[in-house]
Amino acid sequence: MANKQKDEVQFGEQLTSRGQFLRSALTSGPGIFWVVFFLLVPLVSIAVISFLSRGMYGEIQRPFTLENFKRFIGFGLFGYDPLYPLIVLRSLVLGAATTILCVLGGLPLAFFIGAMPVRFKNMALTLVLIPFWTNLLIRTYAWQILLAPENPLAKLLVLLHLSSPGEPLYPSAFAIYIGMVCDYLPFLVMPLYASVEKIDWSIAEAAMDLGADGWRVFWHAVLPQVVPGLVAGIILVFIPAMGQFVIPDLLGGAKTVMLGNAIQQQFLQSRDWPFGSAITFLAMTLVMLSLWLYARSAGEKGGDIL
Amino acid sequence: MRRLTLPLWLISGFLYAFMYAPIVVVIVFSFNSARHGGPWMGFTTEWYAKLLDSPDKITATNNTVILAVVSTIVSTVLGTMLGYGMSRYRFPGKRMFSWLMYIPVVIPDIVMAVAMLSFYALLRDWLGLFQLGMTTMIIAHITFQIPFVAIVVRSRMVGMDPAIEEAAHDLGASTWQTFWNVTFPLMIPGVLAGAMLAITLSLDDFVVSFFTTGPGATTLPILIYSSVKRGITPDINALSTLIVLASVAGVIGATLLQRPHRQAGGG
Repeated sequence: MANKQKDEVQFGEQLTSRGQFLRSALTSGPGIFWVVFFLLVPLVSIAVISFLSRGMYGEIQRPFTLENFKRFIGFGLFGYDPLYPLIVLRSLVLGAATTILCVLGGLPLAFFIGAMPVRFKNMALTLVLIPFWTNLLIRTYAWQILLAPENPLAKLLVLLHLSSPGEPLYPSAFAIYIGMVCDYLPFLVMPLYASVEKIDWSIAEAAMDLGADGWRVFWHAVLPQVVPGLVAGIILVFIPAMGQFVIPDLLGGAKTVMLGNAIQQQFLQSRDWPFGSAITFLAMTLVMLSLWLYARSAGEKGGDIL
Repeated sequence: MRRLTLPLWLISGFLYAFMYAPIVVVIVFSFNSARHGGPWMGFTTEWYAKLLDSPDKITATNNTVILAVVSTIVSTVLGTMLGYGMSRYRFPGKRMFSWLMYIPVVIPDIVMAVAMLSFYALLRDWLGLFQLGMTTMIIAHITFQIPFVAIVVRSRMVGMDPAIEEAAHDLGASTWQTFWNVTFPLMIPGVLAGAMLAITLSLDDFVVSFFTTGPGATTLPILIYSSVKRGITPDINALSTLIVLASVAGVIGATLLQRPHRQAGGG
């Protein structure tokens, strides 16, 4: 269809498809080349390495094998051990729970900022932007101080019978969850707030005039309008949360190894790159799969992420 | 929903406190005179004074700044060209490349990090180049920044009125003149927004730097990570406090900078 009509007037210029291609190559070319060479090719090579074997000194060598994937599923040297399937499950649960908690916190916060009088709105928004742009590493290790048994927060939790005196708050799964939600909440609030600002409130008023109660108005007339922001926020939280390695590394212990930690271990400590690549390859597939499932169930509303 | 009810105030207040608790605690404990962290022992500023004569922290700061500035300049140029080309011209495989741009957005950074680490190792075996260090880290940062810049620039281009450029052509301007005198000035807010995103992504990044750096090329996040792994010390809190203050200044500066452009750039 496009081939028949070769010339086209665009922005006041007439260009042949050859001209189009030439200008694309001159403008988009270098960027595309860079991203393909330094990102796409490396990702593909990870997939290839995952079918190779580890040499004596940690080098990557032939033969091609499925051994890495067998080991991942749990068939190792010492009989069946579901270590890695459990890690995948744990990471999925962590990603999903973090996302849900961030949505539960992000909704009131985004509506709060939206409802602020104009004079204070920018300040309320800037107050979310500051943690958003503050280094995640700093915000994470700070919880080690906050949760230390000698500091007030831990004492308060003991006082409220939310934790027992002898049991340390960190390292623990609890600490990981606290750190995750604290770090990712701003990532959900920002895109969600952008949607809240665009809400057409006359629809909500119409629903109220027609006799809907508060919850119904929210559920049927308000929430559907913020779906684009919610979808963007969920993607911005779930994916990095699932692959996180810093937060579990700093706030968790040996019992809370996540996908990110497993990948880091294979690449930097065990130096088993083929097995590490297999984990990475599967993590990548998992992300793509959950994105695809999510896009399908969300009715493909997440078109443009930024 | 549109009103500020008491429960909404309480919930939001709690969430703000929750987000700021770690930031506040780092600042407070940077003035704690206890040598090995632990409970509060009294006020001191000696950790800040100590920062000035610790060469490793000064080197890490320099490296972080060099990395952020160099990678942002390169990625802003390439990303702007990419975003412009993508929004204006057709070429075979364009759909596929549009998907490609979303890879750094949708993939966990550790996946990107190990992919680049292995790719550098392969290139090193074949070519002897790409020794891990400052250069490999800069290349890695440019790689994840380009798509973000391109996405921002392209989304701003979509909202531009084609009639302005058509008018320029009708009045006899050449393609080059139209671009530099009409299109590019209109693109500036988008380009600045893209560059700002790129520089913050670089300053914030720990994972990709950690995997693609080599001996001697330590950045501030890497320095903080390795110190914290050995145990939190007050001088790390002091360093982090300065980083937090720099981010606060950056956010406020960026907000003020964007103000006059509010009418020009939509969204």
